[in-house]
Amino acid sequence: MRLRTTLWLFSLCTALLSPLGAWAAAGTDNTFETTLANGMRVVVREDHRAPTAVQMVWYRVGSIDERDGVTGVAHVTEHMMFKGTPIVGPGEFNRRVAAVGGRDNAFTSNDYTAYFQQVPATQLKTVMALEADRMRHLTLEPTGYSKEIQVIMEERRMRTDDQSSARVHEAMNAVAWQAHPYRRPVIGWMSDLEQMTVADVRDWYRRWYVPNNATLVVVGDVNHQQVFGWARQTYGVIPARALPERKQFEEPVQAGQRQLDVKAPADLPLLVMGWKVPRLNDPRKDVDPYALEMLAQILDGHDAARLPTALVKEQQVAVSIDTSYDSTNRGPSMFMLQASPRPGHSVDQLEQAIRGALAEVANKGVSEQELTRARSQLCASEVYKKDSMMGQAMEIGMLETLGYGWQASPLMLDKLNQVTVADVQWVAQSYFKDDQLTIARLVPQPLDAAELAARAKRAEAVQAGGRH
Amino acid sequence: MLMKQMMKSLALAAVLMSVQAIAAPVQSWTTAQGTRVYFIETHALPIVDVQISFLAGSAFDPPNKVGLASMTASLLDQGAGTRNEKEVAEALADIGAQMSAAAGMDSASVTLRTLSDPERRATAIAMMTDAISMPHFDDGVFKRDQARSIAGLKEALTKPQVLSQRAYMSSIYQDHPYGRLATPESVAAISRVDLEQFWRQHYSAERASIALVGDLTRAEAEALAVQLTASLPADQRDVPRTLPKPSTTSAKVVRLDHPASQAHLLVGMPSIARDDAEQIALQVGNYTLGGGGFVSLLTKAVREDRGYAYSVYSYFDPKLVEGPFTIGLETKRTQADDALKVVHSVLDDFLKRGPTPTQLKAAQDNIAGGFALRIDSNSKLAANLGVMAFYGLPTDWLEKYPDRVRALTPEAVRSAFQKHVKPEQLVTVRTAAD
Repeated sequence: MRLRTTLWLFSLCTALLSPLGAWAAAGTDNTFETTLANGMRVVVREDHRAPTAVQMVWYRVGSIDERDGVTGVAHVTEHMMFKGTPIVGPGEFNRRVAAVGGRDNAFTSNDYTAYFQQVPATQLKTVMALEADRMRHLTLEPTGYSKEIQVIMEERRMRTDDQSSARVHEAMNAVAWQAHPYRRPVIGWMSDLEQMTVADVRDWYRRWYVPNNATLVVVGDVNHQQVFGWARQTYGVIPARALPERKQFEEPVQAGQRQLDVKAPADLPLLVMGWKVPRLNDPRKDVDPYALEMLAQILDGHDAARLPTALVKEQQVAVSIDTSYDSTNRGPSMFMLQASPRPGHSVDQLEQAIRGALAEVANKGVSEQELTRARSQLCASEVYKKDSMMGQAMEIGMLETLGYGWQASPLMLDKLNQVTVADVQWVAQSYFKDDQLTIARLVPQPLDAAELAARAKRAEAVQAGGRH
Repeated sequence: MLMKQMMKSLALAAVLMSVQAIAAPVQSWTTAQGTRVYFIETHALPIVDVQISFLAGSAFDPPNKVGLASMTASLLDQGAGTRNEKEVAEALADIGAQMSAAAGMDSASVTLRTLSDPERRATAIAMMTDAISMPHFDDGVFKRDQARSIAGLKEALTKPQVLSQRAYMSSIYQDHPYGRLATPESVAAISRVDLEQFWRQHYSAERASIALVGDLTRAEAEALAVQLTASLPADQRDVPRTLPKPSTTSAKVVRLDHPASQAHLLVGMPSIARDDAEQIALQVGNYTLGGGGFVSLLTKAVREDRGYAYSVYSYFDPKLVEGPFTIGLETKRTQADDALKVVHSVLDDFLKRGPTPTQLKAAQDNIAGGFALRIDSNSKLAANLGVMAFYGLPTDWLEKYPDRVRALTPEAVRSAFQKHVKPEQLVTVRTAAD
């Protein structure tokens, strides 16, 4: 850990973006927070550029909190949140939001479930009342459930079963994680969806949908004191309730490379390599997660970054390559590289080329120029972020829900900017070990009709046999 | 991350919309070189967004070299002026600018987002100017991307949604340019020289339109437009600027086999051109039918009442000539017939009766009432302005939009639908349906 003065920290984007640096500072002067008596967190960012506002309510509950046998219940509950309360009938939530000119939706991840409405700013109070109503009074009746679960199974077919790359990722998570709940898909296994009942959803809703497990985020053309007042009137009247104990899942240290193949209709193979690496735990003290973020940017942050240059342009062993590393999660992180070989090259050749590119960083490090370039992109994107109210609300909600707090944003930006070439080389040397690696490969299957029919028949026979 | 519903219909529904949120009014002028420029001045953020579009989309592909427009656009920023491919990408990253180029059906566009300080802006605009005026079309880059493009296409041709969409477009447009689709063979037939020729023929100032949004004065915007278009290829009068009208389709069903677990169903026909006065009536009516996300008739009947699909939608996509009206959904393959029956019954009923006064009012309340949401960021303004500039929509298009929506009657919507959506012309594509 290195200590530097705050003044110097904040000067990094300022210097890089001269004369626009002040724009990259986070919205500390227009962001306001409070906590309601029932424990619900409220964060409001005033942004008066346009007469609109976004409301988001984030629950700190996702598939990470599920148990075997009821996978997918976090997401099913999200769907059921639109199915009505005693005063807002089924489908009526959407109609009321639409009637005031708004749009609404919701999403579920491993770590959280969130609901949002984008509305003309004058209508904010209306949607706050609606959202508060369904935090407490969801009806959850069986008829609506029986249709909605069918919708969700269609969603699973569309997103996962018929998408070869999604099947690779689902299978890879199930192999890479053994103890940790990240091994289970957010949408749930099909057999769990088939056996789920509305009672499972009711149970989930009762346990987790309480104000002391939620954060309200509002960004837009609003007055924060007024929003705080409305929050007290709407959410503030909902009683707090003790939350269930949250288990801590420690993934045992992986000792040895893991490998899996997935067969699915495709033409190009796909190679996914994932290394277990640290997550951001303490935004103030950690160094490595920031260095890994900068490494990802240097490897793949623009068209002439290391990986596209080496693999797609120079060696021409890949048609595409993607890098992903998310340091901010409730659970552990993986650093993932995904690529498809160019026809004429094998997946093994591609794997060797990727290992070569990583070894080069580990052995020779990166240049000061590459790091400066990554910082420039980072600082510019801080300015671009301010163009979207929804984007700002997402960032605030995510940081709050994952436990870092929205104020971590400027700190994290500065810590990213402080990463040195030595830090980048250090993480490249330390974390990309085979023992921590999982490799998944998509083995393309032809669409040939006859062969497919035969395979389907075999599968059916196996299934029928299995029922006895 | 899973969403309750994909935003497909919103994304596809043509960008329409509305006004006076962030911004000052739309200003417009034509440069001495003949380029139409639309501009919104807003200094709230130190950002400039630029889009330049050319009449150079895939509809202008030569019939035996489909894919040429797309390859031409994608190579513009891969080596131009004094910079090679690598230097372009590095220079953009150094100033934190974002530039991309791509071809659609009608237009090919280059878009740029940059910080607005004079130094960065100047570098970014110079690079955008180079991309459209002095592209290298380097042979090595071309051969590499041609191979990647063929590989990508072969992969795409295994996906049920891609196969379905392609069968749909070629069925409703047949020999029309909108119905021609790139194949591995047509892309392989393209040479480097073709790219250069296509660029010379289609990237003239007279075929260009510019949309500018952000932290610029009018004088700066005018100078920027002049700079961008000063060195473009001279216009070649004999190169067509218009497209033929699509022929009338007749109702038919096209079936494709695929091992997917879900059937992909598409129903539609060529329907509306961008200059058609009835497009607002259709867009507003479509909100009720299948565009209004969770509250549409199709979502109610197919998803909410029966649980047949996660995603069901309808949209109009107005183009230079009649663009498609499309209804789409995915459902498990054994359910395809039942789901299609429901779709047809909802559509037939809507065509017969049009929206009820209550339904129309709900559509108006959402579209006109929520108009500010369509223009509450620089990037949304830039996207709207790009469409307006390319199709030459009036500068008060956004400003007047809510009033024109409010002025519609149920009769006007019904008659627009009856004129533009005809059951006897609807083509149905069933992929992976039992």
